[in-house]
Amino acid sequence: MKLTKLTALAATTALCAPMAMAADMANEMTIVSWGGAYQESQLKAYVEPYQEMHPDLKVIWDESSAEATAKMRAMTEAGNVTWDLVDVVASDAMRMCDEGLAAELDHDEVLATAPDGTPASEDFGELIVSDCFVPQIVYSTTFGYRMDKVGDTPPSSICDIFDTAKYPGKRALQKRPIDNVEWALYCDGVAKDEIYDVLSTDEGVERALAKLDSIKDQVVWWTAGAETPQLLADGEVVMGSTFNGRLFSAIAEQNQPIDMLWDMQSFDLDGWIVPADLPEDRKARVMDFLKFATDTQRLADQAKFISYGPARASSAPLVGKHAVLGIDMAPHMPTDPANAGNVHVYDYEWWADNRDDLDAKFQAWLAK
Amino acid sequence: MSDTTHTGPVLAADGTPLKRSLARALRMQKIRALMLIAPLLLFVLLTFILPIADMLFRSVENRIVSDTLPKAVVALQDWDANSGVTPDEAIFAALAADLQVAAQEKTHTRVGSRLNYENPGISSLFRKAGRKVKRWDLAEDGPFKEQFLKIDEDWADPEVWRTIQTYSGAYTNGYFLNAADFQKGAEGAELRPENERIYGTLFLRTLIMSLAITVSCIILGYPVAWILANLPSRTANLLMILVLLPFWTSLLVRTSAWKVMLQQQGVINDTLVWLGLVADDARLVMINNQFGTIVAMTHILLPFMILPMYSVMQTINPSYLRAAKSLGATNWTAFWRVYFPQSVPGIGAGSILVFILAIGYYITPELVGGTKGVFISNRIAFHISQSLNWGLAAALGSILLVVVLALYWAYDKIVGIDNVKLG
Repeated sequence: MKLTKLTALAATTALCAPMAMAADMANEMTIVSWGGAYQESQLKAYVEPYQEMHPDLKVIWDESSAEATAKMRAMTEAGNVTWDLVDVVASDAMRMCDEGLAAELDHDEVLATAPDGTPASEDFGELIVSDCFVPQIVYSTTFGYRMDKVGDTPPSSICDIFDTAKYPGKRALQKRPIDNVEWALYCDGVAKDEIYDVLSTDEGVERALAKLDSIKDQVVWWTAGAETPQLLADGEVVMGSTFNGRLFSAIAEQNQPIDMLWDMQSFDLDGWIVPADLPEDRKARVMDFLKFATDTQRLADQAKFISYGPARASSAPLVGKHAVLGIDMAPHMPTDPANAGNVHVYDYEWWADNRDDLDAKFQAWLAK
Repeated sequence: MSDTTHTGPVLAADGTPLKRSLARALRMQKIRALMLIAPLLLFVLLTFILPIADMLFRSVENRIVSDTLPKAVVALQDWDANSGVTPDEAIFAALAADLQVAAQEKTHTRVGSRLNYENPGISSLFRKAGRKVKRWDLAEDGPFKEQFLKIDEDWADPEVWRTIQTYSGAYTNGYFLNAADFQKGAEGAELRPENERIYGTLFLRTLIMSLAITVSCIILGYPVAWILANLPSRTANLLMILVLLPFWTSLLVRTSAWKVMLQQQGVINDTLVWLGLVADDARLVMINNQFGTIVAMTHILLPFMILPMYSVMQTINPSYLRAAKSLGATNWTAFWRVYFPQSVPGIGAGSILVFILAIGYYITPELVGGTKGVFISNRIAFHISQSLNWGLAAALGSILLVVVLALYWAYDKIVGIDNVKLG
């Protein structure tokens, strides 16, 4: 009698163990992202498949990635972090990691290995720019132009942006110094690998601003990625910089008379961070999701919905066709060899140190 | 005789002095009244006054340096910043001890970026040093001066140490100086280099443009309010809906509509080109500049001007005008000498409402203002969410608050706040 009771108890414990583990995971998860087509691609590629496996899970979206660092800092100071997983650009991830707002991760431990057994840290390689950062995609800031307004010779070099004689009309540029000053110096004759050395001097900054001055009255300054495609579609500007995925969607999905200029495109990364000091159950859920969402197949799936390159080396060969249009996605990726002939990788560290100074000068220059 | 010459205090029925009894009754009444408004008082205090006070406090608060680098701050007290000599080993050792703790708690980059506001480049010094210092053995690895110089030569720069020393106090006026285009130099406050001055221009622009918006609201709103007040109420109500309809529409929708209207390939330019008034290659630039901001904000704030004007004009008895005319006044004299003075309280109320709303606006200028049409609030928003320099944002916000209060005070002196009637 006693023995049967004991066996029964042991059996129930054994049966309950996996259930107990599942109960340790929170059933609610707040994901922070950028909204729009990009968030849609995340929803389709990994959130919905994950929810199919875990039907009880409730996912709450917050679209404040643009202000993620400020909000994370405020929430941490208030001692009440309500976010579970945050999608940020690499420089923000580094900043949050430095300030202790994001949790440091052991990439090989928490992320899935590649199908051929390559550990995650090798598969992501150099793109792991911070201990807290799990890269998802490589995107680029590049230029789009109106095909019908550039005559018979469409622009082929980034420096055509500064050529108002050949391409009259307005240009759209992002309202921040990053990328703009580098492009300006490059087109002012500075060699690519000397750009940051020149920018480190006061004369270099003045030189960059002087170059930008030559087109200042022709520039419409944008702050949101959706503005340039809209301005191009309206015919307000002849050419403008924006994220390559936005241009792809204007060209391929909306059939606008726009084409892309792949020269000196500025590479950047986007990925996840997990807030530091999450409660155990929430952290367990996030880690489980993170492992799923960043495996080789899932990252390749995301490229079906948006033209951003997957951050895993092993995902690249799996990139297929657009989910709706059925066109081959590989040639539209910023990482495709045909597009990546002349790229610009901006120096995170240099900008982390000099951003405040350059911002002050840039904004004062703008206001003049 | 004796009972009529009673000189003691007048007593209430229960024997207590009447004065005290009355005071008690009044006190009870006051407490009861206070209890009624207590929830609101508490709500305003918790959600409005305290956060504002906290925000304002950030503009002078500077504990981060002394909290993160306690030993170095003490060691630096005796160092002479004007000697131009790099501090000695003792100070470097103190910094090493501080940085080791800070790097573990991940606060060293925060203090780095705080000091970077004042002396660009310091942030990278702290980053680089923090990474190395974390692994040092404080008892063995000295002398630390050499070690620091090995990490980065700039640690020898007395200017770096002067910055740490200058900002080692618990409170600072550095943010306010910065907000007024000043900086702390070796000999006290000095103007920032010309290519970094921006806030003076922005404050002035905010005031001038808010004034322009207020004036154009008065010019456009006055006739509308007059018509509304003088029409039969059925027609007036219908027109009132037309005034309120845009008021109920989302701010973003209205601002975006102005983009569609005003842009170079927009409705107005297209019409002008079609009419032949403007050449196709010389379309008017009406957006992403001050003009765009003034037009869009006038439209958005117009109801705030019309409504108080309307409610004041409604109370003006039309027989005054008739009386003036019957006594021989021309239409203009009757209006200007009789009607207008009575409508001034409405203009006052509308103006103060519109002006104070305009001065703090930021969404509309951000969307249609380009670079020349943005307000100081856009900079505050930038520092809150992009550059994360909350101290500077707080200082700018405090200055804006003081400017508004000063203008309110001046307005009270000139027009008199008693003359403002909202209805």
